[in-house]
Amino acid sequence: MSNTETDSPEVGRPDAQQCMHVLLFAGLAERLGCARLTLNPPWPVTVAELQERLVSEWPELAPVTFRTAVNQRYALDSEPVQPEDEIALIPPVSGG
Amino acid sequence: MIHVTEDSIDLDAVLRAVEGDGEGAVVLFVGRVRNHSREREVTQLDYEAYRGMAESALAELAETALRDHGAQRVAVVHRVGRLKVGEAAVAVAVSSAHRPEAFETCRWLIDTLKEVVPIWKKERYSDGEEWVAEHP
Repeated sequence: MSNTETDSPEVGRPDAQQCMHVLLFAGLAERLGCARLTLNPPWPVTVAELQERLVSEWPELAPVTFRTAVNQRYALDSEPVQPEDEIALIPPVSGG
Repeated sequence: MIHVTEDSIDLDAVLRAVEGDGEGAVVLFVGRVRNHSREREVTQLDYEAYRGMAESALAELAETALRDHGAQRVAVVHRVGRLKVGEAAVAVAVSSAHRPEAFETCRWLIDTLKEVVPIWKKERYSDGEEWVAEHP
């Protein structure tokens, strides 16, 4: 592992390259005050485990209903997540 | 024609996208910004989309519409950004040989879009704002 990149906010953290980003939208982004969360879960991890970890790190998520998308598709709780996957939390939709 | 756009929706273009000589029926649904919601006066709507997923979800719905619902051609355009009362937020056009399939498919497309496609609206009122978390 190399921690030589000086422009990375994760420099110096162990296993920084295993960090993952989680996209937030609409009311969820507003509630958390940002459009992206970064976390470093113990790998391997499933969707359900990731959700649990997110809620424990960001308790503001606890009362909120959301589904999880992996690589832009709704995912099952049992689905495994890889560090390179695009993860998003999808609050109840209201298009149309 | 399947897309999510910041631009105002060209309804003529949506209709042209489903034209075909074998299709005798064309149904167009337009969802417009209404000036009231749940007994409050709405002044504007802000739409936000998870664009990549929204467009692939719409494409999947369109494929299902063609495969399972008897439609010949479909077009769906959803707008994002800030919309004023009266503006079109979504347009769904469906063509088929005869009208029952076009009506049924258009209804199924807009109903399913509202349930699954990752797009959200925030209602702005004269005295506040609120994300809508339901799809009536």
